[in-house]
Amino acid sequence: MSWIKRHLITFAAIAVLIYMLVPNVIVAVFSFNDPAGKYNYTFNEFSTEAWTNPCGAQGICESLGLSLQVGVIASLAATALGTMIAFALGRYRFRGRSATNLLIFMPMATPEVVMGSSLLTLFLMLGVPSGRTAILIAHIMFCVSFVVVAVKARVATLDPKLEEAAADLGANPTQTFLRVTLPLAAPGIAAGALLAFSLSFDDYIITNFNASPSSITFPMYVWGASARGVPVQVYVIGTIMFLLALIVVMTGQLISSRRNRQVA
Amino acid sequence: MSEQSKGDLSLVALTKSFATFTAVHPLDLTIPQGSFFALLGPSGCGKTTTLRMIAGLEEPTGGRIRIGETDITDTKAYQRNVNTVFQSYALFPHMTVVDNVMFGLRRRGDKDAKAKANEVLELVQLGQVANKKPTQLSGGMQQRVALARALVNRPDVLLLDEPLGALDLKLRRQMQIELKRIQQEVGLTFIHVTHDQEEAMTMADSIAVMNAGRMEQLGDPATLYEQPRSTFVANFLGQSNLLRARVNPGGTDDMVTVRAHDVDLEVSREHLPDGVGDVWLGVRPEKLRLGESGGPNHLRGIVRDVSFSGVATQYSVEMPWGQELIVIQQNDGSNRATLGEAVTVSWAAQHGFALDASQDAEAGAELVDDHG
Repeated sequence: MSWIKRHLITFAAIAVLIYMLVPNVIVAVFSFNDPAGKYNYTFNEFSTEAWTNPCGAQGICESLGLSLQVGVIASLAATALGTMIAFALGRYRFRGRSATNLLIFMPMATPEVVMGSSLLTLFLMLGVPSGRTAILIAHIMFCVSFVVVAVKARVATLDPKLEEAAADLGANPTQTFLRVTLPLAAPGIAAGALLAFSLSFDDYIITNFNASPSSITFPMYVWGASARGVPVQVYVIGTIMFLLALIVVMTGQLISSRRNRQVA
Repeated sequence: MSEQSKGDLSLVALTKSFATFTAVHPLDLTIPQGSFFALLGPSGCGKTTTLRMIAGLEEPTGGRIRIGETDITDTKAYQRNVNTVFQSYALFPHMTVVDNVMFGLRRRGDKDAKAKANEVLELVQLGQVANKKPTQLSGGMQQRVALARALVNRPDVLLLDEPLGALDLKLRRQMQIELKRIQQEVGLTFIHVTHDQEEAMTMADSIAVMNAGRMEQLGDPATLYEQPRSTFVANFLGQSNLLRARVNPGGTDDMVTVRAHDVDLEVSREHLPDGVGDVWLGVRPEKLRLGESGGPNHLRGIVRDVSFSGVATQYSVEMPWGQELIVIQQNDGSNRATLGEAVTVSWAAQHGFALDASQDAEAGAELVDDHG
């Protein structure tokens, strides 16, 4: 009894972890299924068919490619823009600074349905055709806010004396930025970029409003497929994405723990 | 890229004003090449602003800064051959110690950066930690890295902004001696900003005392201490007893008599400012003696407080007009007074100094005890 009492927190933690990870486990397990009918809902027979031929379902790899492409471009653009905004907001006092701060938060607070439909209205009015360009513009727009938040938190902790020290030691403004400011802000920028990528890769609602029949992203493909029966390949790609995310997070943890151990 | 000018640093009417106040009133100062110079004053006196203007981190609103014949007023911080040791050290946390030290040399494309950096790290006795990160070092070691990072560039002027402020007392004493040794070894001009009068007096060849954006007095430590020219300097550098007095007419070439509370006292003419009638007559506590000394200057009073500290005893002696004089008596075997005893306090005429009585007698006194 007392043993249970002592380990209560451990049990609670395990229970929460199971709750969070069961869907991922199910996805991984069913990626090895050979479904009997068109629905991949009951485990029929073990098979590596989907793993050896992940592009086997029609259109799946085209949609994945588009999502990756949009994700990379959107996160790069949003990171560049967001980093500059974060430095401006974190470092300088100017007219309209608090208004800008507030407006930056707007896309995060606005319901996606509202944002998606209003963007569609805007694009129609301006004559921007639906499709990849419209999707990119929309993704960069909502990713910027998240990058700003991530980078601004980092910029706030940077000691401005370090930049003064660099200037004092003969570094011109460009050298100071490249050798001192940027390396120190890098963890925040990287976090912002990763966040932007996963938000863009994941987005369905806003994308759906602005897509054309030739621009089907991966989330749209999965949604469309679910009506007729989701191909096993979707489970394979889902598992791979999950593992990739896990590796990225674990690498980050490892680097920072090693850095901390050096410090101690 | 960097100015290779050598020579004295001169500030000509250097001024810094902000919208609501003036941090530094027009300041004229020449700091000889190779000297250890201290800018001393309480917080907010303008000493750090002056330092930052020399470094190029703050733009003056008026005046010029010259090193030798070269005017550097309009150059940027990164174009000046002036380096700073920051109060917070400002070491780059993402670089190793040796990379920190090489930073300045690399910006100039120095081929021997590594060798020079290691040499300077040896000078500050940190050769063994060259490849560690600054955060892995103690405060005292970080301080020495900051010093090495500035020294290695052999600047025309090396600026130290309260460099020992974050260290504990023992380490501070050690670093004071160390800094002085290094300065003598490398022969560079050091300008040291501090609020610690003892630190300034221990280390500097000459000191500029600053107060409220103005330079109060400039001189070597002994002159500042023995012949302060304002009540602020008299109180900020050590303690002073200040007696209200009026100059009597006449006197000899060397001596002048002043009348303080119906007692005639003598003071050297050279310690009396010209053309003043009402003065503060000042005497340092350790210059006062208990008992007659045969000279003309003696006052009678009653001992109100005695505190014995081993090497010396400090007395508080109440004068008939209520003022208490502080007397410090060395533990040299002379008789000690007891509480409530009526005593005579005396001093030699050349140990007194007179200051214009229009000044506040307490100026600077309240600022001293705030600091360690």
